[in-house]
Amino acid sequence: MSPEVSRREFLCTVAGCAAAAAVGGCSDITHTDFFRKRFRELEPDELKDIIADLEARQTAKYGKQTTISTKGPLPGVEYGYALDVSRCVGCRRCEYACFDENNQGHDPEIHWIRVLEMEQKLGINFEESDPYYEAEEVPEPGHFYLPVACQHCRNAPCVKSCPVGATWEEEDGIVVVDYDWCIGCRCCVAACPYGARHFNWAEPKLPAEAQNPNQHYLGNRPRPKGVVEKCTFCIHRVREGQYPACMEACPVGARTFGNLLDPNGELRYILENKKVFVLKSELNTKPRFYYYYG
Amino acid sequence: MQTVRLFGHWIHGSIRIILHGGILYWCWTLLLLALVGMGGVSYAHQLQEGLITTSMRDQVSWGFYIGNFTFLVGVAAAAVTLVVPAYIYGWKPIKEIVVYGEMMAVTAITCCALFVVVDIGHPERFWHLIPGPGILNVPSSLLGWDVIALNSYLLLNFVIVTYLLFNLFRRHHPNQKIYMTLVWISIPAAIAIHTVTAFLYSGLVARPFWNSAILAPRFIVSAFCSGPALMLVIMQLMQRFTTFHIRREAIWKIAELMTYFMGFNLFLLCAEVFKDYYSDTGHLVHMRYMFNGVGDHDAIVPWMWSAVSCSVIAFLIFLSRKRRENLLWLNLGCTLVFFGVYLEKSMGMVIPGMTPDTLGEIYEYVPSWNEIRVSLGILALGALIYTWMVRIATPILHDEFHFDDGKATHPPLGTKSRAGGT
Amino acid sequence: MKPLRTLLLAALCALPLACREHVESKSYFGSAFPERHPTSYPEMSANAVLRQAPPFEGEDIFPCSECHDPDFMEVDPTHRELEDPHDTLDPLRHGAGRLWCLDCHDAEDRDMLHLASGRTIPFEEAPLLCGQCHGEKYRDWLGGAHGKRTGHWQQGQGKEVWVCANCHRAHAPQFKPIQPKPAPKRPEVTR
Repeated sequence: MSPEVSRREFLCTVAGCAAAAAVGGCSDITHTDFFRKRFRELEPDELKDIIADLEARQTAKYGKQTTISTKGPLPGVEYGYALDVSRCVGCRRCEYACFDENNQGHDPEIHWIRVLEMEQKLGINFEESDPYYEAEEVPEPGHFYLPVACQHCRNAPCVKSCPVGATWEEEDGIVVVDYDWCIGCRCCVAACPYGARHFNWAEPKLPAEAQNPNQHYLGNRPRPKGVVEKCTFCIHRVREGQYPACMEACPVGARTFGNLLDPNGELRYILENKKVFVLKSELNTKPRFYYYYG
Repeated sequence: MQTVRLFGHWIHGSIRIILHGGILYWCWTLLLLALVGMGGVSYAHQLQEGLITTSMRDQVSWGFYIGNFTFLVGVAAAAVTLVVPAYIYGWKPIKEIVVYGEMMAVTAITCCALFVVVDIGHPERFWHLIPGPGILNVPSSLLGWDVIALNSYLLLNFVIVTYLLFNLFRRHHPNQKIYMTLVWISIPAAIAIHTVTAFLYSGLVARPFWNSAILAPRFIVSAFCSGPALMLVIMQLMQRFTTFHIRREAIWKIAELMTYFMGFNLFLLCAEVFKDYYSDTGHLVHMRYMFNGVGDHDAIVPWMWSAVSCSVIAFLIFLSRKRRENLLWLNLGCTLVFFGVYLEKSMGMVIPGMTPDTLGEIYEYVPSWNEIRVSLGILALGALIYTWMVRIATPILHDEFHFDDGKATHPPLGTKSRAGGT
Repeated sequence: MKPLRTLLLAALCALPLACREHVESKSYFGSAFPERHPTSYPEMSANAVLRQAPPFEGEDIFPCSECHDPDFMEVDPTHRELEDPHDTLDPLRHGAGRLWCLDCHDAEDRDMLHLASGRTIPFEEAPLLCGQCHGEKYRDWLGGAHGKRTGHWQQGQGKEVWVCANCHRAHAPQFKPIQPKPAPKRPEVTR
């Protein structure tokens, strides 16, 4: 008996029990979705069929020709990010560029980037920070701003905590989630020290006109309810050589993205010449997201 | 073949017992069934709409479900460890204590599993956890370990109870070697499940409130307060409604042991409180949220002070031998410590651990009604399972329900009997 | 008020077109920098295309020599209050009063800038001029710790490096406060 057959037999026996659970909430899940293997285990032709199917479904649903990339890491590349805290003005342009680029849920609303307003006299102090500041104009006097998203840790607590291996670190350093493998236990949400992981508490609503048809399987394709999602450094853009959307959107040039392995790159200049810090360094998460005062 | 047929007889007889009972039994059963039904409907609603029907959000991503889960792991662990004093002191109804304890463990673990199932976003993907078709991410994932530990423990206790009862039913002497080996395995396993569950929290660097070395000891010690408290009350109820009999000395001894654990539990709490308040680091905010409130956010504060008061009062009651050997005081103390530990360990552990969240935001979590209904449904199902197991086990243990010489003997039904037919 | 605004708007729209015209004659806004000035910034490792700075907002008053024609207008090097149009159009708010037009603009050829050494440079090379005072920022800009980059993160794959004047107005370089995007929804109202 081949492993393939035994897998199918096993799954068919459990399908009966699972069907009962699935009936209520997962009516849009088809047979193929339910039996889909982990992304990392899919054979190239299986993957091709799945992508074609996913693209067709989205094209029909949103009325836009959708492409879903599965492009892997580029050789010799490890992504990193640096953000100049002294320059950020807290305009939230990055937050909304990310929102639009990554097909984030409009209702319930999910934002991968949180821009925290902090008081200058208190320094970086999360307890006193406020992501909900309402101001006519920013920067508000006496305040500075700290945008926080996934820090793409080298020692990621979220990856460690996942019971099914649905989230992992790619070779280029991007921490990704397989939305079709995640069981929604939220261990990673509890494990993340940066509030970077977001759970789909309900079916995320994405208006057709807001859908970005340029997608990646591990990135910005629309997520189902009941799974966890997070910043992927715009995996669909950066693996094509483009900058992440948040960086393009920043009106003050506070954001720098690049290849940490390039000795002549901007990031290495910053690491060598600036007073760089990472958030919660005492936790030894070793983020690839650096902050500095330029 | 013979065994299979006997097993069939046993199942048949058991169903017969469950379906017969007095008015009190039926009131109790129907109440529980109604609660289970309500929970089922609420869960269907949650499946349809998603976990948005709960009050959990990204800021507080675990809540009532996981709190109950944690508490019940403690109950499951403590129920079984009652076997140890029973052996040391040679209490007579030891078989009963083993059986009732292990049945409590089976019930509690079943509830735990259900609380996890209702908490996850994609329960139909549970097969992703099964190595082979899926992948269990051990050794790194503590939830992975918990899945292994809890399922093994459930299986172990289920096997012990079934083996013992079935053999008594067919009037075989249970193989003492097999059965006692399993019982002795189940004791460290009980400690292990609660330790792994504590590690699930204390391993999270992101949550300083949980990331404490004494979390696992606290879990175990508090379980040794609440678990025996529950068992003592249940044993008295069984004594009242069935012919189960436990010697007074055993009860007094359990109460005495509980006193030590209650004192130790308060001591460990003091150690945590001292460390956080005296060192006054940024991590204190969670403790302050729990006991003082932060700004206008103080929804949990009265509950936490009630929890501490319950534990302290119960300890004071139990300190006096005269009081704890008075059934009225004993039951009052048991009730207080049970609720004290319940509040401290479910809501009082999960919510302050996540409030404020990792970026300092305070979202005041209060469970939604749908969440409460689902939880009540699960607890009611647990109560129902335990009631049924007790009704089946008791006549077997008293030799009123057995199969011998080719014919089955059933306990008398409908009247006050050892099957708890009142 | 309204016709004036329309006029201003039209002028603004016409600006890029007007600029393009100048490209041929005055080379204000050339194409790719490295090709034209490969040695301008030898320290810059970005191997990138410099993005061209737009002229400051206002009416089409380029090129400067249109008015500041030595045959037509005498050079007055005295530090003085500026008059129309320079007091209203793009007033000088740079250097807290220490700076003066001719510190940067060349007196002889108004369509050029000059460095402290006296060497004249075209507007495209303005970062060299800025760097004379803002040396640290200039070095950070070359290295990548200051300024904005867009396009592609890979070296030589179409990375666009923004120059000083893309973000800062030369005559009033401090950023003006802007209106932030709306706050995210609170969890309490997410039902």
